[in-house]
Amino acid sequence: MAEITTLHYLVVAAALFVLGVIGVLTRRNVVIVLMSIELILNAVNLNLLAFSRMWGNLHGQLFAIFIIVDAAAEAAVGLGILIAFFRNKETINVDEIDLLKW
Amino acid sequence: MFFLNHIYLIPLFPAFGAAMMFFFGRRLQKATVSAVCVGVVAVAFLFACFTVVEYTHFAHGTGQPFEKIVYTWLGSGDGHLNFAKRDGTLAAFNADAGFLLDPLSSIWLLFVTGVGMLIHIYSVGYMAHEGGYYRFFGYMNLFMFSMLTLILANNYILLFVGWEGVGLCSYLLIGFYFHRKSATDAANKAFIVNRIGDAGFILGALTLAWFFGSFRFIDINELARHGNFALGDVHILTIAALLLFVGACGKSAQIPLYVWLPDAMEGPTPVSALIHAATMVTAGVYMVARSNAVFVLAPTAMKTVAIIGALTAVFAASIGLVQNDIKRVLAYSTVSQLGYMFLALGVGAFAAGVFHVFTHAFFKALLFLGSGSVIHAMSGEQDMRNMGDLRGRIPTTYKTMLIATLAIMGIPPLAGFFSKDEILWQAYRSAEGSFPYLWLIGFGTALMTAFYMARLIFLTFYGKPRMSHEVEHHIHESPKSMTGPLVVLAICSICAGWLGVPASLGGTNAFGKFLEPVFARDAVATASVAPAEPQEPAGEEHRGLEWTLMLLSVGAAVVGGGWAYGYYANAGKDYPEPIAVKAPPVYNVLYNKYFVDEAYDYAFTGRRKIGKIRLGAMGAGEASSWFDAKIIDGTVNDVGWVTRAIATLSTWWDKWIIDGLGVNGPAILARMISYPARLLEWGLVQWYALVMVAGLLGFGVYYIWK
Repeated sequence: MAEITTLHYLVVAAALFVLGVIGVLTRRNVVIVLMSIELILNAVNLNLLAFSRMWGNLHGQLFAIFIIVDAAAEAAVGLGILIAFFRNKETINVDEIDLLKW
Repeated sequence: MFFLNHIYLIPLFPAFGAAMMFFFGRRLQKATVSAVCVGVVAVAFLFACFTVVEYTHFAHGTGQPFEKIVYTWLGSGDGHLNFAKRDGTLAAFNADAGFLLDPLSSIWLLFVTGVGMLIHIYSVGYMAHEGGYYRFFGYMNLFMFSMLTLILANNYILLFVGWEGVGLCSYLLIGFYFHRKSATDAANKAFIVNRIGDAGFILGALTLAWFFGSFRFIDINELARHGNFALGDVHILTIAALLLFVGACGKSAQIPLYVWLPDAMEGPTPVSALIHAATMVTAGVYMVARSNAVFVLAPTAMKTVAIIGALTAVFAASIGLVQNDIKRVLAYSTVSQLGYMFLALGVGAFAAGVFHVFTHAFFKALLFLGSGSVIHAMSGEQDMRNMGDLRGRIPTTYKTMLIATLAIMGIPPLAGFFSKDEILWQAYRSAEGSFPYLWLIGFGTALMTAFYMARLIFLTFYGKPRMSHEVEHHIHESPKSMTGPLVVLAICSICAGWLGVPASLGGTNAFGKFLEPVFARDAVATASVAPAEPQEPAGEEHRGLEWTLMLLSVGAAVVGGGWAYGYYANAGKDYPEPIAVKAPPVYNVLYNKYFVDEAYDYAFTGRRKIGKIRLGAMGAGEASSWFDAKIIDGTVNDVGWVTRAIATLSTWWDKWIIDGLGVNGPAILARMISYPARLLEWGLVQWYALVMVAGLLGFGVYYIWK
């Protein structure tokens, strides 16, 4: 059995990142899109922690905490936008959110 | 001095006759018409005789001209009509109704009125059965008026009035039988060809007036005889003299303007006798003789006159050898004899030329009147091929015509011998040592003249009768009114020559002496220019040569007559023409008059075409007109077309390039850009996110691969 190296962590993080991106790009439900954004952020967190362990300092973990806080705030704001939108349009289909256009 | 002072009446007598015919002629009886018209000419003749007698007393042999100015016709005393002469000074334009009588015009006066009177008497008989009797005599009188004005004029302008008048009367009289197209064509031809000569004449007269400052003959002769002339002056005088000679060619039927005279035989025979034998055609000779002072100063012009005269003489004589119409032979004979006269004038023998005019008037008028008598006897037949053996049947006509023929052949002691031989002798002398070409041409012409005139006599009067039987039964001698003038003219043809018997034959040459003052030569010239040699009578040492030449010409006449006797004296039906037998192409050319009329037709009348292209001078006109219409106007039209094309191009450019690209282009461009640009603001969030991811991937790929 191989050693669990930093690379493994990075690959997992990358995979999660890609899944998150695919979710953002392709899901119709706005809530799912927000959840995918969270997934992207968490993938980034994982990446940072892996590098923190590799370098042996705490810079990565520190930044990860910043990102968690940031993600939380962002989720709150995002949900707030969603509710405001729902009140207007009675739908949570992202394809129908197209008022800001030509 | 009564007659001299009233000299202006001489032309007015026939003018009165013409006026009477014009106003009253239609209502008058034939007898009245004859009496009036013949009477006025007879009165004119008598008046002229008295006038000339008075003149000889007036002049006492000095030849001083008598001038009578009746009124100022063209001219103004106060300088309105001044013109600049050659040397820059001003001269007054003056042409009076003035009459001049000097030896030259007195000779012309006498034979014009005399022969005219005889021909008028003859016409009474000849035209007795014709329609338009009063019209004929009116025109004949008008002609006499014009001719007398021409002869008696004292300046070129009044001479030109007479000149044009005789041309007009010639037209009216040739076209007398106007129902015949050939006659009207001939009349047109005569007038038009004459007109060409008139243009030359008027230019020559104006040049002389510009050079000398006056139109009067006395002034011009005075200045020409006593002036100093440099080389440049001589050139101008040569041009003036040649232009005057062009006029003389037209009027007196020389090459190249002779073509009207043979066709003029369409007119009645008295017309041919008067106008085209004795009087009108001599007007050119008169004018050149009158201008002798100018011609003498221009030796080149004199040479031209002599050469053209000689060429015309031989040319016309050659055509006359083969013609079959009796009047046509006489017409070409007239052209040929006129050539002799100009030959004489050209070599400086003015008196000899005038003498030949004088004698020729008698025998040529006699020949024409005699031929008229023959035609009258033959009930209108003019073709000699259908005549023959008339000798015994119309004896008076035969005898008089024989006398005239002997005269024209130059058999002594008849008139033609003296005048013709004088001309030939002067032509021989003028060669001055080099080969006497002009004499040789004259000699050849004399031989041909003898031949064709003898041919005429033999075919008409000898041989076997070749006419149809009805015509033969009607042959009769002409009435006394016709034969009378024939006899008178015959007497004149015999005696007229005796007035000019040269010194070499023991005579006094009264004729030449009478004319001497007119042709006196005392012009002073600078060393670079010498006038033509004066022609004094030959000295003793030349007598032998003169007699030799005389014998040669008489011999030529006899040989020519004898040849003709051999061929034609016994001519029966379908007699052979010797020239046609020996040299058919020569006969063809001569019979067709060297095809000159055809050549003129091609060159000038514009009736001939090759395909669609018209020939000759009119063709050149048509070509110019085509050039103007197609090429010049075509160019103008093409310029217009080019302008329209440029405008079209310009429109296209404006519409498609300027408006299209310039103005609409940015708009279209903007719209084209806007389509992708819209995608930036689609409004679909997930699209935005996709674009971001794509960009991120792009960066990543770029940096990894770098």
